[in-house]
Amino acid sequence: MASIAKHGRKVNRSGGGNATIIIILFLMGIMMVVPLFYTVIQSLKPLEELFVYPPRFYVVNPTLDNFTMLFTLTSNLWVPFSRYLFNSLFISILCTALQVILASMAAYPLAKHEFPGRKFFFSLITVALLFTGDVTFIPQYIIISSMRLINTYWALILPSLAYVYGLYLMRQNMIDFPAEIIEAARVDGASEYRIFWGIVMPSMKPVWLTLVIFSFNGLWGRSDTAFIYNESLKGLPTVLSQLAAGGIARAGVGAAVGLVMIIPPILTFIIAQSNVMEAMANAGMKD
Amino acid sequence: MKKQNAEVQENVYKGPNLGQKIWASRSSYLFLAPFLLAFVIFTVIPILASMVLSFTDFNSVSVPNFIGVENYIRMFLDDDIFMISVKNTLVFAFITGPVAYLSAIIIAWLVNELGRTARTLLTIMFYAPSLAGSAIFIWTYIFSGDAYGLLNSTLMSLGILDDPINWLINENYNKTVVIIVQLWLSLGSGFLALIAGLQTVNTSMYEAGAIDGIRNRFQELWFLTLPSIKPQLMFGAVMQIASSFSLGSVAASLTGFPSTNYSTHTVVLHITDTGSTKMEMGYACAMATVLFLFMILLRNVIALLLNQD
Repeated sequence: MASIAKHGRKVNRSGGGNATIIIILFLMGIMMVVPLFYTVIQSLKPLEELFVYPPRFYVVNPTLDNFTMLFTLTSNLWVPFSRYLFNSLFISILCTALQVILASMAAYPLAKHEFPGRKFFFSLITVALLFTGDVTFIPQYIIISSMRLINTYWALILPSLAYVYGLYLMRQNMIDFPAEIIEAARVDGASEYRIFWGIVMPSMKPVWLTLVIFSFNGLWGRSDTAFIYNESLKGLPTVLSQLAAGGIARAGVGAAVGLVMIIPPILTFIIAQSNVMEAMANAGMKD
Repeated sequence: MKKQNAEVQENVYKGPNLGQKIWASRSSYLFLAPFLLAFVIFTVIPILASMVLSFTDFNSVSVPNFIGVENYIRMFLDDDIFMISVKNTLVFAFITGPVAYLSAIIIAWLVNELGRTARTLLTIMFYAPSLAGSAIFIWTYIFSGDAYGLLNSTLMSLGILDDPINWLINENYNKTVVIIVQLWLSLGSGFLALIAGLQTVNTSMYEAGAIDGIRNRFQELWFLTLPSIKPQLMFGAVMQIASSFSLGSVAASLTGFPSTNYSTHTVVLHITDTGSTKMEMGYACAMATVLFLFMILLRNVIALLLNQD
């Protein structure tokens, strides 16, 4: 018994099996990142190497010209580059926080409470996931414009508040949270508010941190031109994609834009994921 | 199902009166309220409006006229391109859906077995394509139709091909290209959601399982891990349905919009085409409604199979 417990969850494991798994997974993983690696290579190629035949999977004279050109282009913009960057970061960070909090709060009663309408609300929310966004655009536009929100930050913030995907993810993970723990806290006199923030959310840390990654990633890349026409309120993706669309001479710039755009989601991913790992390590010790 | 209901907290006042029950559950409604308010205004009302518009000749500009089920009749009897797009959507969805779903489960399970360093590296590798959505254009270099394309030049230098193949235009190949890129792009998010779910699993059950006669990691997966992450599996399946049947932007950005003879045209692309390009919004809404009903049907079948709500 004691020896099994000491090995933790590594019962029924063999060293050979682990090695095989690692090799297979890394081979698959390399296939996943090869196209991205190629993007990095392309962005470092000088113009003459971009169109050499046969195309090379490596770069002979690496250069940062594409990045310098990107920054020259951005410094000539009518609205300063920093403004676009601020808009994108501000909206993405604020909306990520609001999405994760609202989705988690709504998921809690849907997972752990019994109340009239629970089943109805839950079906409504999960079914709404399946409706194609393309045709809801006009009704959405009419609602936003009748609230006089077009061309304001609100037009970007309010419609993204209800992150259905996030609610569903949180609810499915909360449903097996032990009811006895919640009941014990109630007996001790804890309010539902304290149970949620003090007990349920800390144990859901790997899940909501993962949700932060999904949320930020989705918000960061989205196009904002539909509800915003004021240039100084637009975000980075809109501007950068315009710059990259400058024809053959900007082929390398396109690759540079692709790379610059991934930096914030990658940072979010690394920060959130390292906290997931830490939360896991702590959970393992408690067990 | 019954077991879960029993586990759910009974914090409701057991009076006969619905009003009293609602009052007793006021804290539950308060938790739901902020989300629900935004959800109803910006999601539910637009969806209901679209469904109503599907019975009209709405053209995005003038006042819509009620035309009954004309749009629905047109779709099935009078629109060859819609039928092509249905066929393509089914092909794409029934290949990319199950493949992405099952690989996400298997990869998440295997990665979850490993030590911290290997885990971290592999998690980054598998999720990287999802982070780099804007880098999808790199595939047009790889599959480029002339001899400068990476795939063509590689195959030609190996002597496998004599002339370049136009992978993105040629109807024999472009579906496969779309499937490959879609899988590459979509595998990561299902994987990441599942691996987060696996971390909330109570690990002490594996030791109990070992004592009860679980002999290897495959038995452990089948008898212990999978049953305990059923809610997460249901979540993954629903999201997979949503993404496989909404496949469109990947096809459009790789193979053109519209593609050669509509060879990679999907229902969602047809909806965009009729709604935004041809301004036939009423008709586009009707197609969206049909697609919606079909996805709900599929969702319910999977809910039955997994015994989840």
